[in-house]
Amino acid sequence: MEMPWMFPTIWINLFTRPATRRYPFKDIREPFAEYKGRIYFDSNKCDLCGDCARICPSRAIEVSLTNRQITYDPFKCIYCSNCVQACLPRAISQDKHYAKPAAAKEAETISVPV
Amino acid sequence: MKMARTVIPFGPQHPVLPEPIHLKLELEDEKVVGVTPVIGYIHRGIEKAAELNSFRQNVSLMDRICGICSFIHALTYCQGIEALMGVEVPPRARFLRVFWSELSRTHSHLLWLGLFADAMGFESLFMQCWRAREIILDISEMTAGHRIIQSTCTIGGVKRDIDKEMSNEVNRRLLAFKGMMDKTISPVFLHDPTIKRRIAGKGVLPKEQAELLGAVGPVARGSGVSIDIRQTGYAAYKEVGFEPVVETAGDGYARTLVRIREVYQCLELMPEALSMMPDGEILVRVDGYPEGETVSRCEQPRGEVIYYLRGNGTNNLERLKIRTPTFANIPALLVTLPGCELADVPVLTLLIDPCISCTER
Repeated sequence: MEMPWMFPTIWINLFTRPATRRYPFKDIREPFAEYKGRIYFDSNKCDLCGDCARICPSRAIEVSLTNRQITYDPFKCIYCSNCVQACLPRAISQDKHYAKPAAAKEAETISVPV
Repeated sequence: MKMARTVIPFGPQHPVLPEPIHLKLELEDEKVVGVTPVIGYIHRGIEKAAELNSFRQNVSLMDRICGICSFIHALTYCQGIEALMGVEVPPRARFLRVFWSELSRTHSHLLWLGLFADAMGFESLFMQCWRAREIILDISEMTAGHRIIQSTCTIGGVKRDIDKEMSNEVNRRLLAFKGMMDKTISPVFLHDPTIKRRIAGKGVLPKEQAELLGAVGPVARGSGVSIDIRQTGYAAYKEVGFEPVVETAGDGYARTLVRIREVYQCLELMPEALSMMPDGEILVRVDGYPEGETVSRCEQPRGEVIYYLRGNGTNNLERLKIRTPTFANIPALLVTLPGCELADVPVLTLLIDPCISCTER
């Protein structure tokens, strides 16, 4: 018999809490501070240079100079944070929370004031 | 008397296969006598897409060729572009690249160990492997911002830094992970009689054949071929110091041992890379466009990956060709299968750690 060394583990497992969480009855753990989560645009800081649209690998951002509008599609976005790093006026920010699912895949339109 | 032959399709949808590969098995009774692989179920046209995107956008695309070796794909691509453009990567970034490469190797090997245990019907071991892997994924989320696709490598360096405080936290979590490996996972793989009986002596690939067929990674190293691209000293492997893990038996058990010993090796390399990391910049500015052609090679969890890049001085690459390790290991699989029982096919297929998303791109 080569298995008795497993008995302490089995015994401990009887009295420890489960490794999984009972979501949605219990909250999931808070994401780490460095998590690459939702993207926000600050229309007051944006200078419509279009660096974010050029660097975006999934083409989730479109910048229209004529309409002074940014169109951002969170469902195309891969949350790589390239735009956050490329934005010189720091108009794009990212928080640590997951992007939530939605019934309809709608892009966000942000108007940039003159 | 000549026995009738039956052709049994294995895959593309099969409970042990995480990704679709189709093997046409020729059987005589329960014994496999011939195998024909069929691939192409998950082709995504990534090489063509890479020609249409700009060479900077491609880094994120390369990250997504494969979930489990994503960082190393991006690293190989970035090293190729850096060679074309003559960019010198800052030393700190090179050490960080080693850290994330080893982190992705650890989580890939743990994923494989879990899937392998699951293929043998050892459900509890599968869960223990993936439970331990959560610690590694947490480290990935903490340092890179995402659990699976780290997306930290970029042309000219890395996007994120790891400070002293975070490095201490990483070391603390790695110790917890090592404790789980020591207590629950490696003793089962090393000593459990059911696992030994299932894979010891099965799927033997002799050293000469491994060399002849061009096997790479743990498949080659399990057959005694000391081949590991990390020996060439790319990124900071030269400074960190590195010896490939080699087993000589050439059977399924040897390949499993190579992967377990590599997990332990990663656990040594990661803190070493973090402690030896010099202060300084993590990213240099890269101007201009790639021109000329180059070949870039790195060691993935499954073996050697080769990128061929050709630039023409514009924002788009003219050609990008990727040779992935699973593609190189399929001939080795075809040699190990004939002669085995039908019931051993799932386990022997998993022993090359097939990553079909990589293979078909």
